[in-house]
Amino acid sequence: MTNELVDFTLVSVALLGIGIYGLAVKRNFIRMLFAVEIIINAANLNLVAFGRFLPHSGGQTLALFSIAIAAAEVAVGLSLIIVAYRMYQNVDIADFRSLKG
Amino acid sequence: MADAVFLALSVITIGSAIAALELRSLIYGSIALMGTLGGIAGFFFLLDSPFVALFQLAVYVGSIAVLILFTVMLVKRELIFKKVEDSRRKYAGLALMLVTMVALGAVFLDSGIKTITTDEPAVNFRDIGIDFVTYYWPALILMALILAGSVTGALVLAKREDVENDQRTS
Repeated sequence: MTNELVDFTLVSVALLGIGIYGLAVKRNFIRMLFAVEIIINAANLNLVAFGRFLPHSGGQTLALFSIAIAAAEVAVGLSLIIVAYRMYQNVDIADFRSLKG
Repeated sequence: MADAVFLALSVITIGSAIAALELRSLIYGSIALMGTLGGIAGFFFLLDSPFVALFQLAVYVGSIAVLILFTVMLVKRELIFKKVEDSRRKYAGLALMLVTMVALGAVFLDSGIKTITTDEPAVNFRDIGIDFVTYYWPALILMALILAGSVTGALVLAKREDVENDQRTS
């Protein structure tokens, strides 16, 4: 292979950094979900890359499990967005304060 | 050394990840998120894992991105374009991002994985299928139950309780 393992890890580090930035700065619920998706994809990229270079089938298997669980997480997250939007007519997380004591 | 396809893919992936978070419109943002997810699928193809790549395309680009797009379209028009940001918070976030990238990147570049290369053939996707139905079958069943439970939970959460059935049809 012409590409080395460290190249893939560096791309994944860049995606992780962008995701952390999004989670820290954005206050829009939907954009925070985007950031979570980007972080999950960086993790999947690492799993498959290490699985390719070992080589072992476990990396790809774990990546498939992770993609499926992420799909479930997005479904629940989007329905939470819909419920919160119905209650507050907004998607700004600073407004979601009904659990705050 | 990385080849041209890798460089192009990483530019597309990272660029559209930034665009997904920074574009003013949430609709264009979710389309840019599709670009990121597709770029990751391209990386999976480069890593000789076509099965995972097609799974990624089907699940992420095919269903999750479309689901996000539909949810964005349910939101009020002015909220799609509204951007509330604290500039101090933004600089703190940028600093956090740079610290993460530099620290983790320095660790990776300094560690032993820089010398790892492989000439061995890639894992055959038949082995993954065999793994799924032999060693991982309890996890597979558990995953199916979790998926069914979470989708049912999402439907229950999003159900409107203030609207009666006869109102819905009129």
